[in-house]
Amino acid sequence: MSATSTSTVLYDAPGPKARRLARIIGVIVSVVVLGVLAWVIVTLALPRTSASGGDLPGYFDWSRWDIVNDRAFWRGVGNGYLNTLKMAGLAAVLAIVIGVLFSFGRTARPAVGRVPPTVVLEFFLGMPVLLMMLFILLVFSAGSYWAGVWALAVYNGAIIGEILRSGIAALPRGQREAGLTIGLTPLRTRFLIEFPQAVRNMLPIIIAQLVVLLKDTALAYVIAYDELLRLVPNLSNFYGNRYRVTIFLIVLAIYLVMNLLLSWVARIVAARTGPGAGRPRIPGRGGIFGRLRGREIDIADVPGAGMGRT
Amino acid sequence: MDAVIDNLPVLWGGFLRTLALLGIAGVASLALGTIVAAMRLSPIAPMRTVAAVYTELLRNTPLTLVLFGFAVIIPILGLQPRGVDSQTQFFILAAIGLSLYTSPFIAEAIRSGVNSIPVGQAEAARSIGLGFGQTLTTVVLPQAIRVVIPPIINVLIALTKNTSVAGGFFVVELFGASRKAINARGDEVVAILLSVAAFYLVVTVTLGLIAGAVEKRVAVLR
Repeated sequence: MSATSTSTVLYDAPGPKARRLARIIGVIVSVVVLGVLAWVIVTLALPRTSASGGDLPGYFDWSRWDIVNDRAFWRGVGNGYLNTLKMAGLAAVLAIVIGVLFSFGRTARPAVGRVPPTVVLEFFLGMPVLLMMLFILLVFSAGSYWAGVWALAVYNGAIIGEILRSGIAALPRGQREAGLTIGLTPLRTRFLIEFPQAVRNMLPIIIAQLVVLLKDTALAYVIAYDELLRLVPNLSNFYGNRYRVTIFLIVLAIYLVMNLLLSWVARIVAARTGPGAGRPRIPGRGGIFGRLRGREIDIADVPGAGMGRT
Repeated sequence: MDAVIDNLPVLWGGFLRTLALLGIAGVASLALGTIVAAMRLSPIAPMRTVAAVYTELLRNTPLTLVLFGFAVIIPILGLQPRGVDSQTQFFILAAIGLSLYTSPFIAEAIRSGVNSIPVGQAEAARSIGLGFGQTLTTVVLPQAIRVVIPPIINVLIALTKNTSVAGGFFVVELFGASRKAINARGDEVVAILLSVAAFYLVVTVTLGLIAGAVEKRVAVLR
């Protein structure tokens, strides 16, 4: 990354003056950012007075953190984590199944078969997952677990369906023609020739979408499913309100570690599979800024998959 | 159906608040995202690092956690908006949370758009003697903007849907309003939720059509 800044085509290799200027700006930026961080940490660490006038310890005081020695606390955290994984796991499997069905429907030959899935898909893609969760929770009077699972499955299934459809559409026409020429029926051509290639090409984006799904299980917090974030109100009710920020920071750390690890894995998969995986990259030709490493997963290109549930 | 008509003022108020959240967070995240994208592309290493860490951290935190964090941490830091009623306070906190959460997605859309411009364009500009600023403003950015607009609209569609999460944190926007309406008329859940869905679809489908139209024009131009 550091070497690329000099190899970009946008500006000449910096001379001594430009390098000094860059260094000065760099120092200023670092100082400002570190200063803000330090201020936040110090403010959190300082003892504070409560509304009733009593003194409260700062947020990094041991009296707010001693629950980390409590086994039962970690069992509670583990339970919340398992609940999150349970929801994400089942929803992911269902989403893939629904996605495959959607992609077949959307690419069906007769237009009659194509129109209903398209309308349904647009409907699901234009709607917040949270609203779907509430709908399933109230209308089907399902528990919050099933409401979360089905809402996430249907929504992400719609997105995966779109991903697969664009994967099929992006294949060279000759693939389908070759399948038909050797006497396969259109359906078998789709199953045996087109679909496997589309899956392989789109695997990185599908994995990225599944990471988004895992992230979105946090939405089930709003419909009172006992996932990770629910630990904050639940456990601070049990242990006392002074632990609220502590538990929040722990939950935040768990989410960050889990999602960063999975994003990293998704990036590795993207580099190894998908189109052009084995092709050597010409260094410095990645883009104007010469900084595209490996294949970029462009989730911004997938409809509605830009962010979160997005 | 009468339950929907009875609750129309509540739902309409929620719709307006959803639009307000979308407008405020949309503009703020566009501004912030542009700055972050610029920092990520800048020649100064600490700026790139700061922008990259910012992007990675926010993108990997669920929105629910971001909004929850703002509700908890901001008052502790003494930064909560003062002199307004609690409804407005929740609204402001949610707007800040949504803006921050959306900004890295905008930044990434811009960055990949700029990176999608062929290097030859910049090389050609440089070889006819244009400087850094001229290359960017007259050659690269005008092309990048076209590529970038459809994915940015996609991010805004996502933002529209994401405003519903604010409803889980005491903001009575569309989602919050639907819960209010359901509390008042528990016998008409389906009608109320479907009408709320229609409100969301009005915004998201419109934005989607705009994105499609822009994309078509871009395809002709390139």
